[in-house]
Amino acid sequence: MSIHHHLDDASLVRYASGDLDAAFAIVVASHLAMCGKCREAVRLAEAMGGVCLTETPEADLSQGAFMRLSQRIDAELDKDQAQPGEQQTSEAVASADVPLPLSHLIGGSLDDLAWRHVVPGVQRYRIDMADTQSSLYLLKIGSGRTMPEHGHGGTEMTLILRGSYSDVIGKFDRGDIADLDEHVEHQPVVDSTGPCICLVATEEPTRFKGIVGRLMQPLVGI
Amino acid sequence: MLKVLQMEKPTADAARIADQAVLKSLLSDIALSRDKSAFEALFVRFGPRVKGMMIKSGASNDVAEDLVQEVMLTIWRKASLYAPERGNVSTWIFTIARNARIDRLRRQPVQAYVDVDTVSLVCDAPNAETAVMGRQNAEIVRAAMDTLPAEQRDVIDLAFIQFMPQSEIAKTLELPIGTVKSRVRLAYKKLKQNLEELR
Ligand SMILES: [Zn+2]
Repeated sequence: MSIHHHLDDASLVRYASGDLDAAFAIVVASHLAMCGKCREAVRLAEAMGGVCLTETPEADLSQGAFMRLSQRIDAELDKDQAQPGEQQTSEAVASADVPLPLSHLIGGSLDDLAWRHVVPGVQRYRIDMADTQSSLYLLKIGSGRTMPEHGHGGTEMTLILRGSYSDVIGKFDRGDIADLDEHVEHQPVVDSTGPCICLVATEEPTRFKGIVGRLMQPLVGI
Repeated sequence: MLKVLQMEKPTADAARIADQAVLKSLLSDIALSRDKSAFEALFVRFGPRVKGMMIKSGASNDVAEDLVQEVMLTIWRKASLYAPERGNVSTWIFTIARNARIDRLRRQPVQAYVDVDTVSLVCDAPNAETAVMGRQNAEIVRAAMDTLPAEQRDVIDLAFIQFMPQSEIAKTLELPIGTVKSRVRLAYKKLKQNLEELR
């Protein structure tokens, strides 16, 4: 898989420093699961955190802090001995379509979801998440369909999971991420033979322009 | 006198590299032989710094203390998953501290981060190149960070030591968010350039 559109460096650093809210963290993590280049880039950003950690002023720990830790470890060691071989390994089962971080929220299939029609040619599946001010949803847009031009009310990220679309920025295929700042305007046209399915996180309701835009509003209504 | 000056920098670097080797061997003692004295050495070294970070990021003393326990316990449990070729020990501990904080202070599941680690372990099989990079990274990143202009370094410190969101940094420094982002990008780019020069 060759990926052409990657995360913005500022977003890489936000991910590395834990500054993305839940919805955006899922989109970024899903791209990282598909993109070795960005995984390496994140490690570099995290190395800044490593340097910062070694330069952080120390704070005195309370009396007996290690003792308490030591007791918890002893308790774990006893348990390990009592139940040998019960090592838990995390199972990395991501399907061909759904990257691992997303599969924990929607399962392994994009086809078994309860898609809802919003406007002709466009279906949405909203992913409910606690602890986020943003919204996270999947869009399925039919081949040849155009999304109305819209300005972004806030940061928006779109990750392509199936099919492809093109807009003024370029062509977006599976694995590509559109990591857009607020002022970017674009008008994606689906150019794959089948529908294009993408994972979208938006910070604020997207403002669609014009009458079609008002019809489209439910699409992103939070 | 001149000789001393010339010696100073390489010696400091050499000391840091030797120190990294010590940290790595402590971790492998924990992983392979569940060595509690190695673990205590790591605790003494990183516990107070992790606590310092948590307090700077707004945690109360009790919560910070508790997070240190969580972080250290995770280090104990996951020591065998540490992959030296992917970064140095302090970077690894930083990510554990970050995740513990997200889990606790932001009441937000940290599963996405865990998933990326899982994918990395499966997909990013270490090769000779990444092994060399891993060893060199820490010192190059440190050196690059030391040369950053203060206005960029300040933004990085706020982001990583205080875990301050970019939007908060903008408010604190009374800057437009776009300026904060471009300083972050410039700082990151500097690191990347320094690293690429060595390839
Ligand atoms: Zn990428």
